[in-house]
Amino acid sequence: MAKIIIDPVTRIEGHLKIEAVVEGKEVKEAKSSGTLFRGIELILRDRDPRDAQRITQRICGVCPTSHSMAAALSLDSAFEVDDKIPDNGRIIRNLILGAAHVADHILHFYHLAALDYVDVARIAEYEGDIPALSSIRNFIKRGKLEPFVPRYEGDYRLSHKVNEQATAHYVQAFDMRRKGQEMLSIFGGKMPHNVGIIPGGVTSIPTVDKITSFLWRLKEIQNFVDNVYIPDVLAIAQAYPDYFGVGSGCRNLLSYGAYELDGKEPDLIKRKRLFKSGTTSASLNFTKLKPQRVAEEVKHSWYADSISQRHPSQGDVILDEKKDGAYSWIKSPRYEGKVHEAGPLARLMVTYASGKPEVRSLVDSSLAELKLGTDNMFSVLGRHLARALETKLIADCMANWLLELKPNEPAYTSYELPQEAMGMGLTEAARGALGHWINIKEGKIANYQVITPTSWNASPRDDREQLGPIEQAITGTKIKDEANPFEIVRIVRSFDPCLACAVHLISPKGNDLGAYRIY
Amino acid sequence: MKGSDTKEYPAVWLQAAGCTGCSVSVLNATNPAIENLLIDEVLPGKHINLRFHPTIMAGSGAPVIEVMEATSRHEKGGYILIVEGAIPTAKNGIHGVVGERNGKPVTMLSRVEELAKDALVIIALGTCAAFGGIPAAHPNPTQCAGMTDILQTRGINIPIVNIPGCPPHPTWFVGTVASILLSGLPKPGDLDEYGRPKAFYGQLIHENCPRRAYYDEAKFAKKFTDGGCLYELGCKGPVTYSDCPLRLWNNGVNWCIGNGSPCIGCTEPGFPDEVSPFYEKTTAVLPEIPKGDSG
Repeated sequence: MAKIIIDPVTRIEGHLKIEAVVEGKEVKEAKSSGTLFRGIELILRDRDPRDAQRITQRICGVCPTSHSMAAALSLDSAFEVDDKIPDNGRIIRNLILGAAHVADHILHFYHLAALDYVDVARIAEYEGDIPALSSIRNFIKRGKLEPFVPRYEGDYRLSHKVNEQATAHYVQAFDMRRKGQEMLSIFGGKMPHNVGIIPGGVTSIPTVDKITSFLWRLKEIQNFVDNVYIPDVLAIAQAYPDYFGVGSGCRNLLSYGAYELDGKEPDLIKRKRLFKSGTTSASLNFTKLKPQRVAEEVKHSWYADSISQRHPSQGDVILDEKKDGAYSWIKSPRYEGKVHEAGPLARLMVTYASGKPEVRSLVDSSLAELKLGTDNMFSVLGRHLARALETKLIADCMANWLLELKPNEPAYTSYELPQEAMGMGLTEAARGALGHWINIKEGKIANYQVITPTSWNASPRDDREQLGPIEQAITGTKIKDEANPFEIVRIVRSFDPCLACAVHLISPKGNDLGAYRIY
Repeated sequence: MKGSDTKEYPAVWLQAAGCTGCSVSVLNATNPAIENLLIDEVLPGKHINLRFHPTIMAGSGAPVIEVMEATSRHEKGGYILIVEGAIPTAKNGIHGVVGERNGKPVTMLSRVEELAKDALVIIALGTCAAFGGIPAAHPNPTQCAGMTDILQTRGINIPIVNIPGCPPHPTWFVGTVASILLSGLPKPGDLDEYGRPKAFYGQLIHENCPRRAYYDEAKFAKKFTDGGCLYELGCKGPVTYSDCPLRLWNNGVNWCIGNGSPCIGCTEPGFPDEVSPFYEKTTAVLPEIPKGDSG
């Protein structure tokens, strides 16, 4: 028996440790735990409710935009303007969120995930004259190879030509994700931590120059998505086809839905949105979401058992650092008591299951090209494919939404600050379902709870001993080479974990180690 | 290009109690862009050898921790330590760890103590690393501290430059690093009383704000999307030092006040508690604006 401990797992957001017990080349047991706790929910208490919209963005600098959206939605409902956001405000919010998702997915595929598949070291042999590759060749010749080594060695399978292309695209993608953030800043003011989205709408009125400037940045990104990003995902898929069968996980998918197509319906579940709220599973039956059935469990988390199985509107943060059997300070969110995966795969397939024609044709045509079925979507490469396809879907929708803006017309509506109110904001971060719940008393924040997608995906065992989605996805995986456990990091990164989002704390007792350790 | 001609500057980038927003902001750098910073000679004959960066580096686990530890062992006095995020100090720092040693988690607090004492210079990147920032906000659940506090309380006497901002502008970081590579460590007078380079933080937002004329004529926006000065909507520009109005953000596309949003004072040591509520008029005494010789 060997215990593989990966600490830190890099090329993700934040601080994550993965432990896997391997016997006979197969993972028998897996544990996912975070290593940083900040207590943002405690910091929010007693503050001006509007400040939650700025402070919660600082939960995560990679996906702050989704937090700004979730907070704005929760405050819209608390301030009773959730049916009064002007169309310009609604559309600009969608454009800000969309720009974030597109930039984030490009970052994830190329800069966080690709180095598990692409062999940058082989560019040492490069003889051509593409500037990016010549630069990398010169870099390698100078001999200081960090931060590209050390790395896992062995399973790099791309042909010489595809590997060169993918490496050049790794460099080009830096420029593309940066342009995505520039595009976001046109209406968002700056990135990270945009200032454009606020309760009541947005802070600036659309003008023709902003619309045009956004449009032409978007065109460049659409071109990259269609002609570089999606083809690269398919090229990786051809070289690593077995990864359509690795890391399937819990096969229950949950989406809160996102991108408001209707500004007048206050109920987020009834509101018309691009991505549907709901759940589905391997059978691809669609079930409507009932937000009151979300609860957080803490049996294996370092929180007092007294707060377990609470709905987030009643949630709390009471630490219990010496609790037996606990190994993570991520809570375990569950829906109807069951384990659910959140993320691009979830929102794409929930929307697919709901029958939306453009999503069905997008997914079906890609799977037909790969000669695969929908069951293969529940996998490492399925998650990457879903991410790439929804990048295209969102980018193409943005091009249409942009032209629905009415220059120089209102984008904001005023409100009275309530003394007592509750609010709920459900949306989708790049990484999946994101919920904010606020309770206002005496004009201040009495309680604020956030459930992030990585809390769903990287959660530990729950009150019923059910493993979290990443733990399930790793368990049972065959490991070819324990010294270079590509399989584990490929699975973990396919979820695009964001640990700063998943509030948690380390075990003060240290770690109980197995017979021997392999890194 | 001959390897031996290039001077390598080893750098270790430690992420502590933060949100990775400072890293993402540096990914937005232009001229030089992040790919130039990683791969190319950022200045002729000078290359930043970024040995450890959790979001960028290829490797994971113990091998990358070994690279980090080997840098402080073998490059004493020769490496740049970049810290992003505040340092949790409650209960000996157990609220945050980076990797393990002999099977035990190593706290961020221990990591910065070890890395700081042998660094050439420390760059505290972002308001969390500089002053504590968001995780140190009331009630500061994990007793987070900024790097200057950590160094002072532990008697570590290594030069430190604070690059606050939530996030900091990428040029403030790149410019500071380039300055160290070109002209060495900051000299007395280069930094303000809070350890910020005067080159970037020498003037109030208010001094260079394009909406300043509205302030002087008391034309104040009453609600968002109004024209006019944002002072009554809570703008902290009059008490915040940074060159945002001149530099602009995201390759010059926009900035907070340009987007109709009040400054929230994110480069200041008191961020966020002393500059909030963000949307209420500041109650601070406004600093006097120097005349003539400030630019």
